[in-house]
Amino acid sequence: MPVIEIEKPLAPAPTPAAIVAPKARRSQRSGAAVFGEKCIEALIRLCGISAIIFVFAIFFFVFREGAPIVSKLDLGKFLFTTTWYPTSLGVPRYGVGALIVGTFSVTVLAMAIAVPFGLGAAIFVSEFCSKKTKEALKITIELLAAIPSVVWGFIGLTVMNVVIQKVFNVQVGLNVLNAALLLALMSVPIMVSIGEDALKAVPDSYREAGIALGCTRWQLIWRVLVPAAKNGLLAAVLLGVGRAVGETMAVLMATGHSVNIPHSIFDSVRTLTATIAAELGETAEGSDHYRVLFLIGILLFTITFIVNLTADLIVKGIRKK
Amino acid sequence: MFVETPFVRKKHRREILAKCVFGAMALAMVIPLVLIIGYLVFKAAPLLSWDFLTSNPTNGMRKGGIWSALLGTIYLVVISLCISAPIGVLAAVYLNEYARENWFTRIVNLAVVNLAGVPSIVHALFGLGAFVLFAGMGRSILAASLTLAIMTMPVIIASTREALASVPVSFREACWNVGASRWQTIKAVVLPNSISGILTGVILQVSRTAGETAPIMFTGAVFYRNIAEGNLFAYGIKDQCMALSMHLYTVTTQVTNAPDALPYAIAVVLLGTVLLVNATAIVFRVYLRSRKKW
Repeated sequence: MPVIEIEKPLAPAPTPAAIVAPKARRSQRSGAAVFGEKCIEALIRLCGISAIIFVFAIFFFVFREGAPIVSKLDLGKFLFTTTWYPTSLGVPRYGVGALIVGTFSVTVLAMAIAVPFGLGAAIFVSEFCSKKTKEALKITIELLAAIPSVVWGFIGLTVMNVVIQKVFNVQVGLNVLNAALLLALMSVPIMVSIGEDALKAVPDSYREAGIALGCTRWQLIWRVLVPAAKNGLLAAVLLGVGRAVGETMAVLMATGHSVNIPHSIFDSVRTLTATIAAELGETAEGSDHYRVLFLIGILLFTITFIVNLTADLIVKGIRKK
Repeated sequence: MFVETPFVRKKHRREILAKCVFGAMALAMVIPLVLIIGYLVFKAAPLLSWDFLTSNPTNGMRKGGIWSALLGTIYLVVISLCISAPIGVLAAVYLNEYARENWFTRIVNLAVVNLAGVPSIVHALFGLGAFVLFAGMGRSILAASLTLAIMTMPVIIASTREALASVPVSFREACWNVGASRWQTIKAVVLPNSISGILTGVILQVSRTAGETAPIMFTGAVFYRNIAEGNLFAYGIKDQCMALSMHLYTVTTQVTNAPDALPYAIAVVLLGTVLLVNATAIVFRVYLRSRKKW
């Protein structure tokens, strides 16, 4: 009788840090060598925590430039009014409501396009295709992710602009739809790679159980894999959202850049990021307008911080299981 | 005998349909890449030449080449690499080799994730506030490179960690057991065995740095600057410089009556550089994976 070997799931290997290395024997090494090693280890620790320092430094320095305006500005008015007249001679008005709506509309439409494509492609790469196709697709996705955002913006301005005008027969091709299409293409790669990781993390025993019950692959995906990987897929979507909210150059060039509450996807809008990029160069250092732009920076930092934090917590939740 | 019931047939039809739909979705990402590159190259073809790369822009950026922008990008990439590569690699060494699993390490990890997620324009504000104004560097190559370095550091940290983690723990244990300390082990065993993965990360960081526009807009890049043609050391570290990405933005949005092919040619040079660097990283990775012995 053939012996059936059942593969036991391996316990996760301990990280190197978790293992206590035996102490090197001090007596055989010169004091200088031991001291040098101490220095290097201190340096490594310092670099290790540098990420924390940088994140705090970003918040601190952006806030430092923006803070003096906070007392002068009614925050409710700042966030919820839609009149953005920063250079008006009489009373400049700083209402970023329309900019928030602009960012929001572009992001939502971009996600509406990118989520089905991104997750669909992740499922295809993970479950359907052969190893060779998989490699080729992953390389393509990697290259797609490498295209600089200013090139995307240029494509939006020159190619998509004309295409949208022709196809939908509208006057202006620089609008929500244009920017959303670009953002969708830009955020799909990260969704595919994180989504594929999530699907790969589903244990093979789930697949085997499904196949043993006579599932087709489609049933397996829809009834077993997607529910099992749903947290990871959600994290993939959130990271895509984070990318789309923070994108600057592409939306600066492709949205049409007019402060506007959009009524259809063919209206031009302006986003938070694009406003900073377009106006910071023209403001006097230390002026109210300049400080308000830094305040918008704080707003953006907060939004992306929350989105990334949520995505990270979800991913960590999966690893624990 | 087995007869296909309508139910089974329906199941199979659905299976094929699903495969086609998902395949089409994956294909929908390949097609834009090919179309974009093809179209850009087609439109840029009349201008692309060696002269285009090695001559300064003239006539209000309407004629001439892109030399000063190209050199500026090289400066920014090299200097930011010199800053971020050592810090990034050491940070990854800390996270993979030293950090215990505790709340502090979780916070460090979270900081890395967030550093990668901060919008590029916020990095620009940070660079302006911290380096240009607070540190008194002024708008200069140094300030822009520092901003870029901090922005792209998570790329290096992530890929270095992956490379370090792929070195089997048994290698380290063997080294410890002959009496080596933790740092000696890292120096003699872990780093040499993961150097290829680390280099791949560095290459990817180069491509990322070369393409960024927003962070350098207010920290060191200028619309126009003329430098000596053919001189590789034409910029000083305190100078402002042009950069390819910024140049593309300027020519597209600020310069009127530029010849049709000019922005396309700049875009092709920028895109070509970035994709070439990325392709190098991919080839490098595939080659090394095939050579790996464990």
